[in-house]
Amino acid sequence: MRTKWYHPWLYIGPALILLGFFLVYPSIETFIISFYGPNSQQFVGFANYIYAFTDSSMLTAFRNNAIWLVVFTMFTVSFGLIIAVLVDRVRYEKIAKSFIFLPMAISMVGASVIWKFMYAFKPAGAPQVGLLNEMLTVFGGKPVAWLIRSPWNTLALIAIGVWMWTGFCMVILSAALKNIPKQLTEAARIDGANEWQVFLRITLPLLWPTVAVVTTTMIVFVLKIFDIVYVMTNGNFSTDVIANIMYKQAFLFGNYGRGSAISVILLILIIPMMWINIRRFRGQMETR
Amino acid sequence: MAEVVLTKVVKKFGDFTAVKGIDLTVEDGKFTVLVGPSGCGKTTTLRMIAGLEEVTSGEIRIGERVVNNVPPKDRDIAMVFQNYALYPHMDVYNNMAFGLKLRKISKDEIQRRVNQAAALLGIENKLKSKPRELSGGQRQRVAVGRAIVRDPKVFLFDEPLSNLDAKLRVQMRTELEQLHHRLKTTTIYVTHDQVEAMTLGDRIAVMRDGVIHQYDSPKQTYDHPADRFVAGFIGSPAMNFLPATVTSEDGKVFVVGDGFRFPLPAEKASGVPNKVVVGIRPEDLDGPITDENADGTLEATVTVTEQLGSELLVYAACGNEAIVANLDPHHVIHIDDKIRLKVDLNRMHLFDPESDKTIF
Repeated sequence: MRTKWYHPWLYIGPALILLGFFLVYPSIETFIISFYGPNSQQFVGFANYIYAFTDSSMLTAFRNNAIWLVVFTMFTVSFGLIIAVLVDRVRYEKIAKSFIFLPMAISMVGASVIWKFMYAFKPAGAPQVGLLNEMLTVFGGKPVAWLIRSPWNTLALIAIGVWMWTGFCMVILSAALKNIPKQLTEAARIDGANEWQVFLRITLPLLWPTVAVVTTTMIVFVLKIFDIVYVMTNGNFSTDVIANIMYKQAFLFGNYGRGSAISVILLILIIPMMWINIRRFRGQMETR
Repeated sequence: MAEVVLTKVVKKFGDFTAVKGIDLTVEDGKFTVLVGPSGCGKTTTLRMIAGLEEVTSGEIRIGERVVNNVPPKDRDIAMVFQNYALYPHMDVYNNMAFGLKLRKISKDEIQRRVNQAAALLGIENKLKSKPRELSGGQRQRVAVGRAIVRDPKVFLFDEPLSNLDAKLRVQMRTELEQLHHRLKTTTIYVTHDQVEAMTLGDRIAVMRDGVIHQYDSPKQTYDHPADRFVAGFIGSPAMNFLPATVTSEDGKVFVVGDGFRFPLPAEKASGVPNKVVVGIRPEDLDGPITDENADGTLEATVTVTEQLGSELLVYAACGNEAIVANLDPHHVIHIDDKIRLKVDLNRMHLFDPESDKTIF
């Protein structure tokens, strides 16, 4: 049978229709709404965007997202890498990896509730419920209000994210590590490399493409970070992030214009990362 | 350059003993081949010499130094792996230079050595290529080049030709032979291919089940196998084995089996047990002949013939035993023919069926 011009479209048609209906159309609609007022009645030009880039709460959120982006990504990827390399050398690797991966199985909200107990704070003298403060007071320190003191509270929130997502990075990097033929590291050892040189000059360069994919995936994820902040502080005490403000504007204050403008900004921030990711992925498919 | 000496070397993996106390001396500058079927412990032995596996007990010495607890990087050895193990992220030049850079050798010297090795192996124009852009034979050359630029005391080869196609394998084999002739570096070479073993080795160690059955020159191993296993493993097609009994008539001794009756010279007959296994190499069978009364012949029924042009392989049934004969290709032989073959009695072997040891 000869291929007619419309045959390819028949095959990708259903996917295109679904994507168009559930992704493209809402995106365009959001983009349009972002130029209208709270009730989407009145055209306001760039007012919502001006708000998004000038309002002090938004500026704090941008700052916090930047902190999240750098600290969260750095720690999840580097811890994931270090753990993947270390557990590769021990016999109880599977158990160790299971434990580190376990937090991934907990919902973000569940994890946040667990960490609320970790960070719980009572004034000095009162019995401490929170594990961290209990430990501090046992050793004679003063209890710390982990979730209130800025900017440390943002770091405390990031720690939860790192606790949850390190396992994800580890699993992917560990799989890539297993893919490196053992003979390569053996050849390097015979060539005269010590363990550190083997890691730096053989293992790491070969893991690099995977590290890049994991990093960009983490960046895309962390740009949209919401749940942890929402549950733990709801953005109070200067911990707010872009996605949380978007949620508040759209669904709490009913200002769809501002909410949409913020989501468009978020989308634009994420696109370059997605683009890098897809290109990397394609590159890997080609070298195979 | 250095000699390599293994003394009572044992390697256990859990309950499994892969290498059972072998002794092996590779003289300085010699080419030794470890050959044997899969799982015989040859690769494990090589990896212990390389330092990639720990020795359970026994001693490995390279030159004057006991290396049991010396890490691979300090053993001054180079190894060529079965799958080449080239660093995929480095070009050919850096693959070869890697070991030299780690040893902090000057840039000029590295360049000189790499270029020299590349010229020797005919890969000068590939120095900028990545391994994935090379053919199998070129990768093999790079792997060898990476070993020779280091100018190590010992070369270790782990089945380096098994991933190449038949033609290239023969070519690389002769190149390795020439290379060893030029460099004269002590070499230990693992293979399961007995042709490689025969052609490359100054001496070959035939291994099975973690034990060295024989360690001799190729010619000696072929002509005087230590036991039935070595006799069957070395040589292609493999030696024919026929069960037989030893009888004496009128003061003369005969080896008698189904379809044959061979006279045994008196000087060889002494001390031979009643039951033996006769070993005859396919090339020591000649014929077919028509003289039914000739001495030292055996009768067989042809089952398959393989005309290879330079030789004719005839598979036949001698009694209940399958045999193969390597005959002059000009003969015309058909399936189901009954043929009579002449045996070169001077080259016939007898084995003790109890111990499998060679009687002569």
